[in-house]
Amino acid sequence: MVMPSLKLQDLIEEIRGAKTQAQEREVIQKECAHIRASFRDGDPLLRQRQLAKLLYVHMLGYPAHFGQMECLKLIASPRFSDKRVGYLGAMLLLDERQDAHLLITNSIKNDLSQGVQPVQALALCTLSTVGSAEMCRDLASEVEKLLLEPSSYVRKKAVLTAVHMIRKVPELSNIFLPPCAQLLRERHHGILLGTITLITELCERSPASLKHFRKVVPQLVQILRTLVTSGCSTEHSISGVSDPFLQVQILRLLRILGQNHEESSEAMNDLLAQVATNTDTSRNAGSAVLFETVLTIMDIRSAPGLRVLAVNILGRFLLNSDKNIRYVALTSLLRLVQSDHSAVQRHRPTVVECLQEPDYSLSRRALELSLALVNSSNVRAMTQELQSFLEACPPDLRADCASGILLAAERFAPTKRWHIDTILRVLTTAGTHVRDDAVANLTQLIGGAQELHAYSVRRLYSALAEDISQQPLVQVASWCIGEYGDLLLEGSCEETEPLQVEEEEVLALLERVLQSHLSLPATRGYALTALMKLSTRFHGDNNRIRQVVSIYGSCLDLELQQRAVEYNALFRKYDHMRAAILEKMPLAERSGPQAEEQAEEEGRGASPAPTEPKTSELLNLLDLLDDSSGGAQHPAPLCPSLGDAVGCLPAMPGAPPPLAPILDLRVFERQGLQLTLSFERPSGVPALLLITATATNSSGSDVTHFVCQAAVPKSFQLQLQAPSGDTLPAQGGLPITQLLRVLNPNKAPLRLKLRLTYNHFGQSVQEVFEVNNLPVETWQ
Amino acid sequence: MIKAILIFNNHGKPRLSKFYQPYSEDTQQQIIRETFHLVSKRDENVCNFLEGGLLIGGSDNKLIYRHYATLYFVFCVDSSESELGILDLIQWPEQHPKQVGSQQVFVETLDKCFENVCELDLIFHVDKVHNILAEMVMGGMVLETNMNEIVTQIDAQNKLEKSEAGLAGAPARAVSAVKNMNLPEIPRNINIGDISIKVPNLPSFK
Repeated sequence: MVMPSLKLQDLIEEIRGAKTQAQEREVIQKECAHIRASFRDGDPLLRQRQLAKLLYVHMLGYPAHFGQMECLKLIASPRFSDKRVGYLGAMLLLDERQDAHLLITNSIKNDLSQGVQPVQALALCTLSTVGSAEMCRDLASEVEKLLLEPSSYVRKKAVLTAVHMIRKVPELSNIFLPPCAQLLRERHHGILLGTITLITELCERSPASLKHFRKVVPQLVQILRTLVTSGCSTEHSISGVSDPFLQVQILRLLRILGQNHEESSEAMNDLLAQVATNTDTSRNAGSAVLFETVLTIMDIRSAPGLRVLAVNILGRFLLNSDKNIRYVALTSLLRLVQSDHSAVQRHRPTVVECLQEPDYSLSRRALELSLALVNSSNVRAMTQELQSFLEACPPDLRADCASGILLAAERFAPTKRWHIDTILRVLTTAGTHVRDDAVANLTQLIGGAQELHAYSVRRLYSALAEDISQQPLVQVASWCIGEYGDLLLEGSCEETEPLQVEEEEVLALLERVLQSHLSLPATRGYALTALMKLSTRFHGDNNRIRQVVSIYGSCLDLELQQRAVEYNALFRKYDHMRAAILEKMPLAERSGPQAEEQAEEEGRGASPAPTEPKTSELLNLLDLLDDSSGGAQHPAPLCPSLGDAVGCLPAMPGAPPPLAPILDLRVFERQGLQLTLSFERPSGVPALLLITATATNSSGSDVTHFVCQAAVPKSFQLQLQAPSGDTLPAQGGLPITQLLRVLNPNKAPLRLKLRLTYNHFGQSVQEVFEVNNLPVETWQ
Repeated sequence: MIKAILIFNNHGKPRLSKFYQPYSEDTQQQIIRETFHLVSKRDENVCNFLEGGLLIGGSDNKLIYRHYATLYFVFCVDSSESELGILDLIQWPEQHPKQVGSQQVFVETLDKCFENVCELDLIFHVDKVHNILAEMVMGGMVLETNMNEIVTQIDAQNKLEKSEAGLAGAPARAVSAVKNMNLPEIPRNINIGDISIKVPNLPSFK
């Protein structure tokens, strides 16, 4: 007996009645089985209800693909209620990655051309949601026809469907561009909204359309003006603002049309000023319009007074109590900070206050904006603020904040000491969140600032003594102590409090780092090397260090073990070399953006020049380049030339040196006939060898029918070109030359077997011989 | 454009999910879960905007949401939409008496179509909610914001369905017939012998 099928509501009741997930699954599986059976039996009256149920369970996340064919059947049915569910099913179950979706194209076509309005609407809706490129191409003409329908309901849907089609198949823009002019004259807001969206899409896709639509700027201005001034159309107004959605869309389109175009911008200026001053912002709708206006003003070529007004409006919004408004204000300011930096700077204090917001969205925006506002004049104050933010901020933002501070410090650091201090503070606060290259950067920085070595090593030592858990900090500190341990012991340094440190304390600290389970293997490596370096810097005996090093000779970590063993060897067999090997490191070369920034700084002489020989050569080269390029303000052109200069310091500049010529080789001699081989290796193709075989005759008799053949081992390729002739006149007449091309991709030793046949002194001669003593340069 | 419209309750159970870009079913469910996870962490008095989760496209996309009692209404949009505009699209009607022109669109339209909508209405009439939504947003773009238009169209479509329903629709027609009846004064208490029937106070059905 067939059970009567449940209505949708009843099924939902049942599902809600299920107490556990498993029970729910059971109910749904049972029902799906019924539905499948019903689909198989094909009862048309119930199909609609079954599909509705299926869509419900699909929303809950259960598989429903077996309903796809049913959607097609329902769409094809003449009843409206069937079509409604069928189209809904199509939108939810079919997508363009399944082949089945193409099957509805025909139904949609029929419905578009022959259906009543609601049916046409359904078809358009489905087309705009799941329409793939093929479907759009097929149905473009139908949609175009509907653009001119008398019914505004269908027309507005057709316009938005056109937008979707253009997104999928950009070539269709040609079809949908002409109707726009007429559609703009409509009074129906829905159609206008769709048309503006359509025009916006067209303009964003092709510059030609953009030019075309600049003509309608006056028309758009008129429409907007009507909306703003007349207290009209209460149906469309929200909170007293007439149709804010349409206003926002028009403003956006005006922005696109007015960008970089004086004339259009001119036409909009008055209207924008009017909207900016007259819109009531006590409600959300007004604020939405005002924001769009501000963004438009900033993007087009507007009058300077208007721009100031716009930024001030944003500033006012920043102080608004409504959080949504503040969020949008921060976002808008972030967009403007690149182009109108000084205007946004005025609001810096407010932005910094927003950092303290408990609302995560707001504080994130405030962080991005604050980082963008850092410049050389406010860097100290801003970094202070950002540091305190870093200490309190949620973990998601820590990494961004830390790297932002480090980047800002690198770009705008007023002094090296401040820079080192800042990085140190960031490392202590948020050490685990910094980027990997922070350690390298800091060591580079310290290494370069010779006058600050003592200061750095003290600061780092104290920081390390307090806390050995932050890995980047520990790594830098270990390196520094290793390099400059002698300065640490000296005891006096004007810049920090006097710190009396004994050798033993330092060694003990490094040993702690080595043994701590918090230390990463890389950190241990740093510590071990530092200990080793201290063996030359400190003057006490090295027993303690030796002990530690020999212990680690049996460490499980391969890297550490290797180091320890090598250092051990250094103590024992190579003790005489130890001092030289463990000398202070020279400054490493830096690559990337930091390089030319650093070079720029040094070129400007902002800080005392380091004295390592390589960098002073760098400086000299820079001076030359500076003179020629007229100043260090242009890091970009400086960089490639700098790169070349640096790269060529040790070697000769220019192209690789030409290869030395290879000597000729005489391979055969008989009764005055000589065969000589000359070699050439063209520089472009390393595997190619060109051999010219020259045969000369110094005897009294002619040589005729001279043929030379050659063979090479298997891995080579040989090409014999035609000889210049086959007769050698007597007494040093014109020689015969023949070119042999040998390709030697494997760079194997070249051996050549030659066979000569000729007539000489009335006899025919045949000679076969191998040439083994070819010079090395021919095949290497 | 609007990438997705999601309605789910305080426990993350989806009440409506509409995607305007092709995602596989698994991805859709994951997106719903991820969005619920992000949105449920928010306090009550913070702003209504969030960065989108990774599945929905990351920080280029935003989640604009509103929380009413037991339901979250979430619109996932990309950077081409105005955030405050979309917020207006979702808004709940103001608490003060209805002024002319204080209409906000989606939730209020639902309210009008279902007569004081609550979560149960959305649960039991998902298909109707889809239809209403389809009148407002099409293909990821805002289609119509005039509430009266939308309601008129929905009514016309419902009428069309009912007229097709034939015999099977008789019960529905009976209900609507009763609804449209103009009832005279009804005695509140009918006392027949020892049976006392209290007639409930039915609201007028206009």
